[in-house]
Amino acid sequence: MRDSPVSTTSVKSGLSTLEALEAEGIHILREAVATARKPVILFSGGKDSVAVLHLATKAFWPGRVPIELLHVDTGHNFDEVIAFRDATVERLGLRLKVAKVQDYIDDGRLRERPDGTRNALQTVPLLDAIADGGYDVVFGGARRDEEKARAKERVVSLRDEFGAWDPRNQRPELWNLYNTRHLPGQHVRVFPLSNWTELDVWRYIEREALELPALYYAHEREVFERDGMLLTPHPALSRRETEPLERRVVRYRTVGDASCTGAVESPAANVADVIAEVAATRITERGATRADDRASEAAMEDRKKEGYF
Amino acid sequence: MTATASAPLAPDSRQTSLLRFATAGSVDDGKSTLVGRLLHDTKSILADAYAAVERVTRERGGAGVDLALLTDGLRAEREQGITIDVAYRYFSTPHRTFILADCPGHVQYTRNTVTGASTADALVVLVDARHGVLEQTRRHLAVAALLRVPHVIVAVNKIDLVDYAEEPFAAIEADVAEHSRRLALAITTVPVSALEGDNVAVRSERTPWYTGPTVLDLLETLPSADETERAAASGGWRLPVQYVLRPQDAALSPEHREYRGYAGQVAQGVIRVGDDVVVQPSGRRTTVAGIDTADGPLTQALSGQSVAVRLADEVDVARGDLLSSASDAAIPVKHLDAHVAWLADRPLRVRDRVLVQHGTALVQGMVTGISGVLDITLPGGTLDSSIVPGDSLALNDIGVVTLLLAQPLAVEDYGAHRHTGAFVLVDPQDGATLAAGTARAATPGTGHDGYLSI
Repeated sequence: MRDSPVSTTSVKSGLSTLEALEAEGIHILREAVATARKPVILFSGGKDSVAVLHLATKAFWPGRVPIELLHVDTGHNFDEVIAFRDATVERLGLRLKVAKVQDYIDDGRLRERPDGTRNALQTVPLLDAIADGGYDVVFGGARRDEEKARAKERVVSLRDEFGAWDPRNQRPELWNLYNTRHLPGQHVRVFPLSNWTELDVWRYIEREALELPALYYAHEREVFERDGMLLTPHPALSRRETEPLERRVVRYRTVGDASCTGAVESPAANVADVIAEVAATRITERGATRADDRASEAAMEDRKKEGYF
Repeated sequence: MTATASAPLAPDSRQTSLLRFATAGSVDDGKSTLVGRLLHDTKSILADAYAAVERVTRERGGAGVDLALLTDGLRAEREQGITIDVAYRYFSTPHRTFILADCPGHVQYTRNTVTGASTADALVVLVDARHGVLEQTRRHLAVAALLRVPHVIVAVNKIDLVDYAEEPFAAIEADVAEHSRRLALAITTVPVSALEGDNVAVRSERTPWYTGPTVLDLLETLPSADETERAAASGGWRLPVQYVLRPQDAALSPEHREYRGYAGQVAQGVIRVGDDVVVQPSGRRTTVAGIDTADGPLTQALSGQSVAVRLADEVDVARGDLLSSASDAAIPVKHLDAHVAWLADRPLRVRDRVLVQHGTALVQGMVTGISGVLDITLPGGTLDSSIVPGDSLALNDIGVVTLLLAQPLAVEDYGAHRHTGAFVLVDPQDGATLAAGTARAATPGTGHDGYLSI
């Protein structure tokens, strides 16, 4: 391990939290891939999926990552995140499949919502892509610390033909003996970062010197304020006259759909600054920046039951 | 009381150790409140989450903040005011990082307690100071004994409702001590009020008669299971083979053209380069030629580390095999004698066919005998002396079962080998996880503490 204890910690009597989380993530990836017919990693270019992909490169080193990548593009993603996504895929020599919400809207299979946000529209293209690709194990970067419905989800989560999650009837998950078996038509979602916190991900990004889209670091940008969030002008967002544009120094804690992902004011220009900021923050990641999770007490749970990631 | 005041910087996960613990207790023992209290007093609740709980408490006509609302994340849980499934929580203090499996108390969700406790280094069991040890408490203590959870903390909650008096606590403590002796569990008993915060994270002045540690003190200082295992390790190591690493694309790394590494997470002990190895179940022998990670080679690998091992000779090794140290090798068996916690709705009967998942191996098995079922209502017995005759296991039953395996597996005595002694039973038809199994010593009567022998 690159990161041997530097100070007063005793000599290698055990693993640090970060080392234990990394070893667990690698174990989960290897177990699921070894028992999969055709695995896929949901890769958006966001920090959590970057961490999952990096774990995969370690898990299967010195070989290539034996997993395809899939991205559901809402059509409202930040251009630089898409560019980062494509560059990463290219660098690692992997295969990326992109399912586009726009295609579904263009041919009438999905209709634009009145509020313009497309996050909720991802579910159908995702399930179609899983079925069309014949994927049976779908890796995601979700963490249990993100949200209280997520906190209930197993590392290996069985989904039915509709991609639905049944929180009241989850499989017991015992020791580190993960069960990925499922019937035809079903698949499992697997979350190697289940036990990581936002801060763990950032410490890992620092330790492993991982590149991320520049949006994660402080930059000056035109924003307007809505419901306490700083939104960036985007074709998908109609700014009201009462919402003046201002230039502010911001960064993003998550880089999802631009129509519902807000920036936070922050001077954190590098990984070390971000770690200090996240360590001291008093606002949760999703509370700060995701409009769709504010919709109701059970917004995430309801979407997951419909097959949302 | 504000969640936003003077938040300490979160500790550095590169330096702190990790403790996994689970909570258990009967319904209405205040488990969710205790969890909320731990999160609150360690300043682990962020302001927006706290504000949301404050708002919901108010909407329901309550006053202040109902800490239990922090943890009940599902719609049905909030509607019914009970916890249905395990929720995982993350918090830390300057000394340690914690993963908390918050388990439901209802009898019907005992299987979720088994889920949470299987990975726990410690189990916190709540007991209501007014009611003492109940049947469900005994069930949770039996689960702790079955899974050999290294340490149990009994939090005698609602001590405020017995006027912070010592007598009810002392009576429960004596009762618990009796259970701890019979079940061979290490138990510490602490008087707490989760609602008021007494002795959870902060020592209470209202229980001057109690001089022991707070719940958080204990959690911060208990050794983790890995630490316990390392301290007790006899020198033998185990590595279930997950995946054979053979780079198919020689162009990617020409220097690894001939590479063949056996990937896995060290289950027990310390592997060193040069160690003699036995591959089970084949019994072939060789030595460790190298231990690799993506970050470079290691001279040794500790339990918990995910590595790839290279072997000196070209022996046949596949996923499902178990590498073990030749000096203290695991022995493959075709018959298993095990405790089984049955977690499925349909019953388990003799002659049922199951899949046995052990480490990375999955083999067919048949139930050849059910010699008994744990009767939790029997007073005064050990886990084994409370086994009564029975010929099937129903949901949430714990029984003693014998299994015939289609292929030999190196399943070991769970009491001595927590990783290689554990297995799960899987339904061969629909893939459902049916049971948690802990293997007993192969020969009856070899237990040293009376626990393994009937």
